[in-house]
Amino acid sequence: MSQSYNRGLIEDFSRWREFEAGMWAWIFHKFTGWVLIGYLFTHIAVLSTGIPAAGASEAAIMAGEDVYTQTIVSLESLLLVRLLEVGLLAVAVFHMLNGTRLLLVDLGVGLESQNKSFYASLILTGAITVASVPTFIAGAF
Amino acid sequence: MAERYSSFESGGRMWLFQRVTAAFLLVVLAFHFFLLHFVHHADEVSFLASSARMEQISYYSLMILFLVTATFHGVNGVYNALVNQGLTGTKRTVIKWTLVAASAVLVVQGVRTANAWAGIGLY
Repeated sequence: MSQSYNRGLIEDFSRWREFEAGMWAWIFHKFTGWVLIGYLFTHIAVLSTGIPAAGASEAAIMAGEDVYTQTIVSLESLLLVRLLEVGLLAVAVFHMLNGTRLLLVDLGVGLESQNKSFYASLILTGAITVASVPTFIAGAF
Repeated sequence: MAERYSSFESGGRMWLFQRVTAAFLLVVLAFHFFLLHFVHHADEVSFLASSARMEQISYYSLMILFLVTATFHGVNGVYNALVNQGLTGTKRTVIKWTLVAASAVLVVQGVRTANAWAGIGLY
């Protein structure tokens, strides 16, 4: 069961100077979680073009002229979409790494070094994201 | 045990589900990204290729389980975040059931899409 905690107003922007690693981890985990669930709904909506596409003729499907293939191909041809995908990867990787950190803490591992594991999550997220950029934007130009 | 920190509270089934789905999603989301961005590439997507994958029962079942666990983990996470911010009373009940309805729509739409690719008549 979830509980309410009084953390004061995080909307009070000047408070960010008081935050420690754990508070940033909490804020980033929450932010990336909101982005991911928002994306899941969008993702299924876009993929749903597969439903009308299934009714297309075999010739149209073979030629890639069905509505699903056309929708994805036109979205993927936009550089903005490719950049947003890189952003999505960064958000997902951070949520996964920080989530692993939270699972381990719940299992009794690494509470004393929770600030270090947060910094490690950030650095690894950055490294994985940068290394993935060439693959993610390939063919966009 | 008293000195060990954990966010566990006894009787919290949703707490446990959130963590079990997290562990599952860690593996499957990594697989999903790897398969669809590194093995195959985003600009090579086609109905034909998506169909070929979804026609395999192992891939189809994994994706359905992925959809259900991701929906639960995400929507339960949103609910927890709102309760954590102080959501109570009637508002809490209304939001809870709105989220349940949104989840149902998402899962139904996802299954319909998977069925359309897999060539299962029910879509």
